[in-house]
Amino acid sequence: MAIDKSIIGQTGKPFTVPIEWSKVREFARAIRDPNPLYFDPELAKKECGGIPVPPTFLQVAAFWMGEDSMPTANFDIRRILHGEQDFEFLKPIFVGDVLTGTSRIADVYEKAGGRGGKMTFMVTEIEYKNQKGETVAFARGTLVETAQAVSS
Amino acid sequence: MASKIKYDAVKVGDETPTVTIANVARPDFVRYAGASGDFVPLHYDQTFVEAAGIPTVFAQGMWTAGCLSRCLTDYAGAGQVRRFKVRFARQVWPGDTLTCRGKVTGKSEKHGERLIEGEVEVINQKGEATVKGTFAVAAG
Repeated sequence: MAIDKSIIGQTGKPFTVPIEWSKVREFARAIRDPNPLYFDPELAKKECGGIPVPPTFLQVAAFWMGEDSMPTANFDIRRILHGEQDFEFLKPIFVGDVLTGTSRIADVYEKAGGRGGKMTFMVTEIEYKNQKGETVAFARGTLVETAQAVSS
Repeated sequence: MASKIKYDAVKVGDETPTVTIANVARPDFVRYAGASGDFVPLHYDQTFVEAAGIPTVFAQGMWTAGCLSRCLTDYAGAGQVRRFKVRFARQVWPGDTLTCRGKVTGKSEKHGERLIEGEVEVINQKGEATVKGTFAVAAG
């Protein structure tokens, strides 16, 4: 099936991401990170000026994104792989911040694959601004749809 | 917070702290699904994965990347990461033991900030890379 390049540039409805301490703690536990800065607000305030977030924490945005916030190709969920993820941080993010994310389809392309056959790639870029309107981060993700289910 | 590393003291080839993730298990994927909101069933629904022709559930790539990010926050401090880019090379399965490690490849300045750049990777117990990445962290 030919790929639909017309979706490139499509932008989702902006979504709100409150940075909540409970989610930050839960996330740190999930990645087995015992760093006390995520668990001790007094220590975090003294050392960082607030409770920081783990580098990959913005992945929790999935919680606050409705379908109209996620422009997407119609990939088959049984055949998708997360190919790449890229985070760029421009300003600090602390618990208590309220971010606004806007997702955009940056690219869609096809490649001949190895064991999975023909592969389709979709690159999504989410820009996050804080409550002051400053851009704090970009998150760029590449999803891959393989020709058949891949197991190694 | 000041970075835990001093720009002038860092040399190309320096290593970040190594983080070992022993005995990867299904509860790790379930806990991460809950924490992140990533409920793609490939990571916890055995019936679903078998129907898709995959032998067992496997880790969310971002769970493994999260484990890997500890090399950077242990190295420079939480809140000091400026860039973290990962590529998923191979799945992580229940029972795997992972070694997360990194090394410095360069130093630079951007937006008036001194940065340490490098490469990171997650290696499984067979010596295979499951995640490879690059990073930039702020230095004092």
